[in-house]
Amino acid sequence: MTGPLFRVRRLRKEFAGHAVLRDADVEIRRGEVLGLIGENGAGKSTFMKILSGIYEPTSGTLELEGQPIAFDSPSDARRAGVSIVPQEFNLAADLSVEENVFLGAELLKFGWLLDRARMRARTAELLAEMGANVSPEDRIDGLSAAQKQLVEVCKALAFDASLLILDEPTTMLTRREIDRLFALMRSLKARGMALVYVSHKLAEVKAICDRVIVLKDGELVREAPVAEIEPAEMARCMVGRELREIYPPKRKATGPVVLEVRGLSSPGAFADVSFTVREGEILGFAGLVGAGRTETAESLMGLRPSSGAVRLGGEDAKAKNADQAVRRGLGYLSEDRQGSGILTGFGIAENMTLISLRDYMSFGFVVDREKEGAKAQTWRQRFGIKAGDLNAPLESLSGGNQQKVSLAKTLDPGPRVLIVDEPTRGVDVAAKQEIYRFLSDLAAKGTALILLSSELEEIIGMCDRVLVMREGRIVGELEGDAVQEREIMYLATGLQASANA
Amino acid sequence: MSATLAFLQRVEKERYAAFAALAILSIVSALLSPFFLQWQNLLNILRQVSYTGIISLGMTFVIVSGGIDLSVGSMAAFVGSLAVLALNAVSDAGLAQETAVAAAIACAVLAGLACGLANGLLVTKGRIAPFIVTLGTMALFRSLSLYMANAGEFRSVSSLFGELGSAAPLGIPVPALILLGLAAALAFVFARTKYGRYTRAVGSNARVARYSAINVDTTRLAAYTVTGLMVGISAVLIAMRFNSVGSSTLGINYELDAIAAVIIGGTSMAGGRGTIWGTVVGAITLGVINNMLNMVGISPYLQGTVKGLVIIGAVFIQRQRQ
Repeated sequence: MTGPLFRVRRLRKEFAGHAVLRDADVEIRRGEVLGLIGENGAGKSTFMKILSGIYEPTSGTLELEGQPIAFDSPSDARRAGVSIVPQEFNLAADLSVEENVFLGAELLKFGWLLDRARMRARTAELLAEMGANVSPEDRIDGLSAAQKQLVEVCKALAFDASLLILDEPTTMLTRREIDRLFALMRSLKARGMALVYVSHKLAEVKAICDRVIVLKDGELVREAPVAEIEPAEMARCMVGRELREIYPPKRKATGPVVLEVRGLSSPGAFADVSFTVREGEILGFAGLVGAGRTETAESLMGLRPSSGAVRLGGEDAKAKNADQAVRRGLGYLSEDRQGSGILTGFGIAENMTLISLRDYMSFGFVVDREKEGAKAQTWRQRFGIKAGDLNAPLESLSGGNQQKVSLAKTLDPGPRVLIVDEPTRGVDVAAKQEIYRFLSDLAAKGTALILLSSELEEIIGMCDRVLVMREGRIVGELEGDAVQEREIMYLATGLQASANA
Repeated sequence: MSATLAFLQRVEKERYAAFAALAILSIVSALLSPFFLQWQNLLNILRQVSYTGIISLGMTFVIVSGGIDLSVGSMAAFVGSLAVLALNAVSDAGLAQETAVAAAIACAVLAGLACGLANGLLVTKGRIAPFIVTLGTMALFRSLSLYMANAGEFRSVSSLFGELGSAAPLGIPVPALILLGLAAALAFVFARTKYGRYTRAVGSNARVARYSAINVDTTRLAAYTVTGLMVGISAVLIAMRFNSVGSSTLGINYELDAIAAVIIGGTSMAGGRGTIWGTVVGAITLGVINNMLNMVGISPYLQGTVKGLVIIGAVFIQRQRQ
């Protein structure tokens, strides 16, 4: 086998005359994991969509094993051996695992009858190979995020793929699940498959990839074997400038306790959660996916029924709905930006005032659009939101800018206690740094912050005090120098630190 | 500057597509028949579309909030029947005609509000899909009217009631004035008030609205109640027009016309987007189509075919634009 498996020559893609991918030359080799990194909007998704047959390039060619090739559709690409595991799951919730794996490419008997036995056997084989604790008959909507991820991988591997593209595959996974995915990737690589790994998590890129390419503004700005490039330099290439310390310095909060939660329980989600937060503190909530952190936050906001006591500034703040919670001084930035954070069809200003609209009324019911626009303008400047027009619908903004709008919306009512749930999910390095700095400033001015995150690095970088949840309960509290990755993982998994290391 | 221009182009295209279609249709009609542009004919079209037009204003709120109301036609028959019964009861009691007419109007408005509220409560508190709720109440309201009138009609005993139905101050028919007045008021509510903003937010993504401290149930409930109110106003106007209510004929296919007007007016069936003036234009467009078909002598039985094609075409064009 000589030459690369896949070769991309002078690949260019323009949308309405605007080039998002500028004449990129890339080789993808057999038995290699190629890391593809870049900021949001750098052209990564466009590149992947061309490889997987979703977009047609404006110019440039694709070669598979030295032969020019053009894909008309994703199924065309899949037949040629190019499969993609998308960032957003693309599974039919009411169908079984096996039905999803073969969806649109069912195996048939006599040319028209479903060959269920063969599909089931093949699915079971793939699941076993991945060490997935899932049965082919399970329905998708009963699975965890990590299990769904594995089903997506199965789907991609069901037909002999020679090139597998993984788009941000670890955002929903816990540390152990990530390790298992990496082991799987190594075994696929050993079989001679080519893998493309797209991620914002540079430490993971360093750990799993053999070679890295960096896209910036649609151009390929760097290509290097992973041994020759450190995460810090990857970040520098992506943003084109030096990123100094990404986390602002931590501070120990000494202000008075502002939020006090006692014995908060919600059956089936979490039980007996008690904690306090001080003015100006950034309290971390760590734990595995499904440990009950988001559910706890939703209960505090009155979005989920619960029992127990909540006091804010000494007054009862147990909320029955989000409106009560907001009036009592709580704010919540949801982890699911598209699903429960922002309205993609609404303009920037309209989104920012969605919670606090009652503060923009004249005569009690008419929206004062001048006041609204002025406030939106201050938020835009404060966050450096890149958008020409405050009425532009949010769907036209990048992920990072959408997140800033979502944050502005949460902050507009002026909460005393702000809960941020995965505040930097799907956001590029530069926007991440801005968000961290902003949260830190907010705490410095006296807001009490609760940071929920699956990214340990983020929790460790931002919080002086961390609560760890496991299976719906707070299992430990770490403070100061004790806030260490090992300690958190020990508490989060309930395993001995040595066994986990 | 160029950003403003791009923005204007985007908005204007959305907002004025329905106006443009109506303008083209009017020009074609004027070319096909010299009678089309006569003042009397235009007023006649406006009167004809007023009854379902008023209902479609409420329907805009329901559809933008992410729902649908199929019961409006049956509800109009039911509410209209009650209004005529109230009118006759007050007249028979020997009170003044004016009092009787006021009683009929009050009865229609209150009964409409109550019916709309019932639909809204079933959708929000009962957590039943709007399509199912209003399919059920559609059958229920019609059946109640048929039962009350024994499938016949309620005749008004008041001559004043009927005279009001054909009144036309300044030459403009009363229903048309009411349609335009209500449209102006509701367009303001829709575009400029907190409630209008919430209606769009709920229809755009109910989960985001709930997480944004918006009371989703109250917002939806209000949309069905407003529709009930519009049906009440419309029903009493139709009852005046005929000075009677036919329990088996009044309101037939009104849900179709009301929904069609909303869609032709550019409101998204998926919710979250729409305009009140677009709906008014949509209602008038339907009237112009009927008028044109009459004038060129096409069988009235084929009017439904044309209406159906226009509805499908309008949605098809919306899809293309996205």
